[in-house]
Amino acid sequence: MSKLVITSIGPASSVQDGGRPGAQRYGLVPSGAMDRLALAAANTLVGNEPFAAAVEVGPFGAKLTARGGAVRVALAGAPRNADIAGRAVAPDTSATLADGETLTLGFARGGSFSYLAIEGGIAGEPMFGSLAVNARAGLGSPYPRPLQAGDELQTKAASGAPERRIELPAAPEAPIRVVFGPQDDEFADETKKLFLDSEWKISATSDRMGYRLEGPQLKHLHGHNIVSDGTVNGSLQVPGNGQPIVLMRDRGTSGGYPKIATVISADFGRLAQIPAGRGFRFRAVSMAEAQAEARKFAELLRTLPERLRAIESVDLNIDALHDANVAGHAVNAVDAGTWHAVSMAEIAGPD
Amino acid sequence: MAPTLPPPRLLPSGDSAITVEFSRNIDDAANRRVLALDRELAAEPIPGITETVPTYRSLLVHYDPVQIDFDTLGEKILGFVQRPVPASTKTRRWRIPVVYGGEHGIDLEDVAKTLNTTPDEIVARHVAGDYRVAMIGFTPGWSYLSGLADSLHMPRRKNPRLLTPAGTISIGGVQTGVQCLAGPSGWHLLGQTAVRTYQLHRDPTFLLEPGDNVTFTPVDAKTFAEQDRAAEAGEFIAEQIAS
Repeated sequence: MSKLVITSIGPASSVQDGGRPGAQRYGLVPSGAMDRLALAAANTLVGNEPFAAAVEVGPFGAKLTARGGAVRVALAGAPRNADIAGRAVAPDTSATLADGETLTLGFARGGSFSYLAIEGGIAGEPMFGSLAVNARAGLGSPYPRPLQAGDELQTKAASGAPERRIELPAAPEAPIRVVFGPQDDEFADETKKLFLDSEWKISATSDRMGYRLEGPQLKHLHGHNIVSDGTVNGSLQVPGNGQPIVLMRDRGTSGGYPKIATVISADFGRLAQIPAGRGFRFRAVSMAEAQAEARKFAELLRTLPERLRAIESVDLNIDALHDANVAGHAVNAVDAGTWHAVSMAEIAGPD
Repeated sequence: MAPTLPPPRLLPSGDSAITVEFSRNIDDAANRRVLALDRELAAEPIPGITETVPTYRSLLVHYDPVQIDFDTLGEKILGFVQRPVPASTKTRRWRIPVVYGGEHGIDLEDVAKTLNTTPDEIVARHVAGDYRVAMIGFTPGWSYLSGLADSLHMPRRKNPRLLTPAGTISIGGVQTGVQCLAGPSGWHLLGQTAVRTYQLHRDPTFLLEPGDNVTFTPVDAKTFAEQDRAAEAGEFIAEQIAS
């Protein structure tokens, strides 16, 4: 049995997987990885199931040391400097730590979360089929809380399989797509237009529960209290101060503020990766377009193994990735379309 | 002849969930229709539905857009709700012990003052109630109960508390509730129960279901302390008085 020992790690880093759906009726939110494509890509690189548990590394750095044998890992998600005992590790590649070697991860550049998948997975006791950390519910394994220095992740010894890289589709920086509802009728048409026409920034006080947005104040038509109803990932709820909060993976399962719109599932990971303070916009799409994108995203996840490449050609790829890093783009989930003027039909929303 | 019920509104909640809204308000009849639809969808599952979340006034239906689209699922759901609302078949009834007042219910005296009565009378009104679990939400096991006496309705606190204890029994607006985990709350704290509506490594992990009936019974602080130790060891404490 090998293990990765955490010698240092920033806040907002935890073990995450595909989450634990099925108990939202009891108030238990599924949690899981903020960027499912990056999680699946990292796991695919080391031959794991796409939604196996991995380390979700927050915006800050980390150091992890292999003990008891070699450990094979892969990193995907937010670009950041990474090296093993001084050897650079390119994004979206696998690499192996010899016994005693340390993987050093720098700060995220142009994103928020990276996924460190470990060949053979992370040993733990699943609850509701998941190791995902949900600190509030006391859930998660091997530790029911964010990771900290001294923690140990037990895993299998590295298999010695050849290292790989994975080619993910690049996407231009594009607005985050939403469908209006379920309570967009609590807002005037001009408020919905303001929502779409404005630049938004994610506040530094955001976390896995919710991203607070800074921008113009969105006024309610009938006050800010509704009788609580169910929430989903990407619900854009508007509290009394008019500053929307996007509900993220550790959201409450119900909420009592009107929800003007919902981020489409294919763009959720791309939103999750937008760093605090960077401006971005929303674009309204029809339900048909949102669901077509969801199907494309599912197909992308399903065909990730076809995107694995031998590591020999990695030099070229590193250049391309460095270019992307310099540009500071978030990792994009899918080809997300282009900027364009918003029509009034879109503002009116699907109902 | 049963009155014709208005159809629910089907509201998009992103591309993977539909909010089936029966009412905009807290409404007992709407809640019964929510729970009835929830039961029927469990009995005759529509392929593509991944989970359902009942609330006071709506049923949130999560689904996989790869398997079924919004319009198709919406039509199927409307087909279900056109049937008459069936009487719920089996109702579970729980008796939950509560230690009222003092350190366990720090708002009891203030509630009594606000409502121009005595703490004993507040307790008497609260234990006289026959409640139903209308929904469970926000955090694991937080059970929202309908059936609070009109004479106990009062607005939520202006300044919500950032941390209220696990097991808190409180009132807010027209509702009362059983809070399982410590957490923020803007409701008025009347007491505390040893009952864990959510407890890891216990079977079942979740004690209450939406639709269950609940009554409260007062206990003293010593009994609460004993019950709390037993609950920590995995005992239910809540007494199931009918099924």
